[in-house]
Amino acid sequence: MTDETIKQYDVIVIGGGITGAGTARDCAMRGLKTLLVERYDLTTGATGRNHGLLHSGARYAVTDHESAEECISENMILRSIARHCVEETDGLFITLPEDDLAYQATFIESCLRAGIKAEAIDPAEARILEPAVNKDLIGAVKVPDGAVDPFRLTMANVYDARMHGADVLTYHEVVGMEKDGDRVVGVKLLNHHNHQTKIVHAAITINAAGIWGQKIVQMAGAQIGMFPAKGALLVFGHRVNNVVINRCRKPANADILVPGDTVCVIGTTSDRVPFDTVDDMRVTPEEVDVLLREGEKLAPCLATTRILRAYAGVRPLVAADNDPSGRNISRGIVCLDHEERDGIPGFITITGGKLMTYRLMAEWATDMACRKLGIDKKCATATTPLYGSELKAGETRGKKTYSIGEKVAFRAAEGRHGTLSKDVPKADIYDNALVCECEQVTVGEVKYAIENLNVHNMLNLRRRTRVAMGTCQGELCMCRAAGILAKSEGNAAKAQVDLVEFVNERWHGMYPVGWADTLCEGQFTSMIYEGLCGLNVFDKK
Amino acid sequence: MTVIKNISENNFEQCLKCSVCTVYCPVLAVNPAYPGPKQAGPDGERYRLKDPQFYDEALKYCLNCKRCELACPSGVKIGDIIQLARIKYSKQRPGLREIMLANTDIMGSIATRMAPIVNTSLKLTPVKKVMDGVLGISSHAKFPQYAGERFETWYKKNAAQEQKQYAKQVSYFHGCYANYNYPKLSKDLVKIMNAIGYGVQLLDKEKCCGVALIANMQSAQAKKQGLVNIASIRKAKAEGRVTLTTSTTCTFTMRDEYEHLLGIDNHDVKESIQLATKFIYELIERQGVRLAFRSDYKKRIAYHTPCHMEKLGWAIYSTSLMRMIPGVDFVMLDSQCCGISGTYGFKKENYPYSQKIGEGLFKQIESLKVDLVATDCETCKWQIEMSTTAPVENPISIIADALDVEATKALNSIK
Repeated sequence: MTDETIKQYDVIVIGGGITGAGTARDCAMRGLKTLLVERYDLTTGATGRNHGLLHSGARYAVTDHESAEECISENMILRSIARHCVEETDGLFITLPEDDLAYQATFIESCLRAGIKAEAIDPAEARILEPAVNKDLIGAVKVPDGAVDPFRLTMANVYDARMHGADVLTYHEVVGMEKDGDRVVGVKLLNHHNHQTKIVHAAITINAAGIWGQKIVQMAGAQIGMFPAKGALLVFGHRVNNVVINRCRKPANADILVPGDTVCVIGTTSDRVPFDTVDDMRVTPEEVDVLLREGEKLAPCLATTRILRAYAGVRPLVAADNDPSGRNISRGIVCLDHEERDGIPGFITITGGKLMTYRLMAEWATDMACRKLGIDKKCATATTPLYGSELKAGETRGKKTYSIGEKVAFRAAEGRHGTLSKDVPKADIYDNALVCECEQVTVGEVKYAIENLNVHNMLNLRRRTRVAMGTCQGELCMCRAAGILAKSEGNAAKAQVDLVEFVNERWHGMYPVGWADTLCEGQFTSMIYEGLCGLNVFDKK
Repeated sequence: MTVIKNISENNFEQCLKCSVCTVYCPVLAVNPAYPGPKQAGPDGERYRLKDPQFYDEALKYCLNCKRCELACPSGVKIGDIIQLARIKYSKQRPGLREIMLANTDIMGSIATRMAPIVNTSLKLTPVKKVMDGVLGISSHAKFPQYAGERFETWYKKNAAQEQKQYAKQVSYFHGCYANYNYPKLSKDLVKIMNAIGYGVQLLDKEKCCGVALIANMQSAQAKKQGLVNIASIRKAKAEGRVTLTTSTTCTFTMRDEYEHLLGIDNHDVKESIQLATKFIYELIERQGVRLAFRSDYKKRIAYHTPCHMEKLGWAIYSTSLMRMIPGVDFVMLDSQCCGISGTYGFKKENYPYSQKIGEGLFKQIESLKVDLVATDCETCKWQIEMSTTAPVENPISIIADALDVEATKALNSIK
């Protein structure tokens, strides 16, 4: 255990989820010397485990006016600054015969009050707009929902922060807070790769660690009441819908179906879970049942669509300070000045909120940091496109048309990396060969990700490129990707261990829906990796 | 008992990504610009559902041989997925070449009237150069000759009347080739059927089956023609006649492609469309019909299984019939695509690939030193004749040539 060189930063941001990434970008853009630290990989927590819904805010319009207003405002901002992470699909709020149609009027009125363009359309029109929708619907409202890829959005913010001079350390866990008296002056980091610790100093430390932020606050010597709420979701094999489908009723289980990239996702459930389970989320058969039962009401064809996997995330709900029991839960943004609140200078916590409002959360936290540092610089994140989302000269927003002969994989890569896809090597036949056939990822794109997108292992690679996220869940591509990683790191033994873990990670998500084609796929995968490649998958766990 | 619910009914989702189809694809082996059946089929389908912009015009390189479907252990209709995607998403419109190649009916009607001129000019170098340069039809390709008299015309003049004398009747879908180019095949069928006591009737109305129209982006026209054919076949069935065919491709198109690609409801008449060799074999097997062959017919014959015959699974009927001929030294060729795929091999850009696909087959044929190659598909016949020294015949013609008509009639008590 040795201490490496101590580096002085203006700001350390803890947490490689969307909030941390956005905060690091904002800080770096305002000229602060910034370090982003993440215990494992970017998007490991709640950021990588949600719907990927670009909320219009309509879902919150009736119950939470403030959140609805924030959502629609950020929705419009993301469409212009993160267009390669966003799909402008629109959304429907449908009323089924068992629902109260009278709710629709309240809903539309609340949407309009929050500035959300909500328009009642004829059920017949809704059936044409989205042919997968339940044909029995008796009412429909069209809203500006969309899809957002949280992996892509986070990586784009991290990349952007790096381009503005920020340092990023993944697989570095905060194991202690460095204090000078009451003041937080830095953090102690444990490097999970070499198991060494180091101390890094900064004038301000921003805790953006989501549900895990509770521990960070404790390390700093204060308390915060967080209540983990588990949400389970199912991924289907292809897009059955191209328009988001919601139920027009009070938010409940499994009432949103979001098309995202090549798949669609139904969710979620919502259950309070004990804090000590947040690192090991498992989807139960009961949750799968409720997701299917309710999901089929939105789009009956889900009943006969292949299910790829199940996953669950944890919403970081924060108890109001005056109510430690957690009865009065806020879903809004919570930005805590611990100097004012707990007498701990140099420490800020940004939490609550949602994926949709990450940029605003980052703005609040960075504003507070700047105030403390005496820096007067305005936030520019709402108007500056992220790297990858810049408009080329003469280009307008909207769908691009492709010429004949452009490889499907190149188009797919452009979807994933925006204008940065120009850096994906495609000079020769090897670079253009496919690693992942389901998701159209080339050798060149894998190489690009390894070099540019903080990739150390297969799991990182999956989140950056969609390798192994398609129909076969890695059956064909895992081995190929592991080969490229082994080559780039010159360490085949490490790549093999990594491969075993990754095979298990894929199966972990397939297991809760392991029947029919998905079961066959799992069995075939096991035959290849265990039988053919001799990888003793099951002994390792 | 637990009932397992939520099982995919989307055929393309039943792909387990085993990739065995890619091994059996004849195009992928020779043309790197083709994405292959897995990519073009189930993999590409997910992307096309996400955004039609992901349609890849390289899907036109698919031969529609259906060997991928045969190889698939999960029953994915890969060839259908690809052809349906072409119909649904392709932005390419048929040009003059596609219209000429695909409308075999119209071209055939004109050409048979001027057969000597057409046949000669299609062989002339300047004509070939113009077709190559202007139309994009390969100058290497040899076109089938047109007959001076269509089978239908011959039939009405010479055969229609005497067919009535037979107690049992079948209908015959002759197809374009046996009508315009090679009426002998049709006449051979009439000869065999009459010898075993069956009269042969034409269909009420017969149009080209449309296989070339589907391949050349004219599926709406194909559907119109298909509806006419199915109505005629339905009428024949109602009158107690099955409809025989002598071309595997027409048979396969009317039985399977009509339903899968054109959305024509043919379920009630599907079993009524029978390849003649299958029908005759089953008469021998089940109804005691017997064939007598001439003792002076001696030939070494190799059988090539057309891709669509492979898909139908009926090669056994044609080969078993030929094996019944005492003087036939029978050789079964390896099952591989000849590369022509109807009009595909006639196109300039496809010609080299078409030849490369068939290379193995051509070499095997040359090495076997046979008198004849037998195959049930006319376009395979063109390709093999164009690319080897061996003459090619339909099994029906071989049986007709070897048949002792009088002895056969006697064996079956036909007067």
